[in-house]
Amino acid sequence: MVTAADIWAALDEIPDPEIPVISLVDLGVVKNVTVEGSRVRVAFTPTFMGCPALDAMRRAMEQRIEELGAEPEVEVVLDDSWSTDLITAAGRAKLEASGFAPPAPRSAGPTTLVQLQRGPYRCPWCGSADTRLENIFGPTPCRSLRYCSGCRQPFELFKTL
Amino acid sequence: MTDRSRADVLLELADDELILGWRNSEWTGIAPFLEEDVAFSSIAQNEIGHARALYELVAADLGTTADELAFDRGPDDYRCARLVELAFVPDWASTVARHFLYETADAVRIEALKASADDAVAGIAAKIDREEVYHRIHAEMWIDRLGSEPQVREALDRLLPYALAVVDEELRPELARRVEEKLGWTNRDVEAVERGEHLPELATLWEEMTVVRRSAPAGTQW
Repeated sequence: MVTAADIWAALDEIPDPEIPVISLVDLGVVKNVTVEGSRVRVAFTPTFMGCPALDAMRRAMEQRIEELGAEPEVEVVLDDSWSTDLITAAGRAKLEASGFAPPAPRSAGPTTLVQLQRGPYRCPWCGSADTRLENIFGPTPCRSLRYCSGCRQPFELFKTL
Repeated sequence: MTDRSRADVLLELADDELILGWRNSEWTGIAPFLEEDVAFSSIAQNEIGHARALYELVAADLGTTADELAFDRGPDDYRCARLVELAFVPDWASTVARHFLYETADAVRIEALKASADDAVAGIAAKIDREEVYHRIHAEMWIDRLGSEPQVREALDRLLPYALAVVDEELRPELARRVEEKLGWTNRDVEAVERGEHLPELATLWEEMTVVRRSAPAGTQW
């Protein structure tokens, strides 16, 4: 019989389809796991609603739960309960190691253009704070593009949500 | 929210987001420069994501599916405002003007929905609002850049009556106030171009948007 801890451990092995250095658990999108006998319910929150990886994430979770011999039921929760604040410390470290500046906390208030242009976003490659906004939008809805004048490399910033 | 049903209120919003998402995506590959190609594509993706989430909520109320709501209605059955129907490519000035006016109107509407007593509506509205912070920053950046150019001013003036119809009547003074706050001017004497009848452009968009769906027999698995 599977336990909730088994399910959490299994889901922690599923990489984010678009940023595979980080797992779904590190990303904080698994909101809740409930086990009743062989039925496993997972409440899951998308990062951005238009995230094209949504269905891939859901299928990956269902498949992994089935491999453990349980019946999955993955519910997508569409409210404001996911925030970039829920990315774990380990997740933030993994993001940084692969060239993403982690998001500013929600407590810094709603993002503004001035903040994006002047904010002290450090370059994940060289650590310089001499970086500038290249584009609010990037390869996926959750990312912005920045450029580091220190090491002359572009990098991505995880948007605060 | 007014005394309309939840489905009626949310379908207007969902249809606006779907059709505007489609219009924004028309810049994919041909925007004036690469950053804008990425920006408009990303914004389009967000808008269509919002439409999908809203259609799912409405579909549960009406006993249908999100895909049926998005693609199986005829063009006359959509509830969208005429602002989002207008076809602009390759007119960048009108695109920038609509982008600013729509995002400002949507902010006013979404703020009202965030205060809804219906938790599902308030929850989706709060999430949409978080994402659209970035749309508004982007739109306002373009107004800072081009807002005083004659072509953009003319487009803002021309489109304001369409933008007013995006929100319910009681929210229009607040929308006009925000537009004026950003632009430094606005025309207070215009009448809204109300929802209801559609522009011929919507039928053309619909033909293209639903062609794959209509070509495949119901129940086709992709």
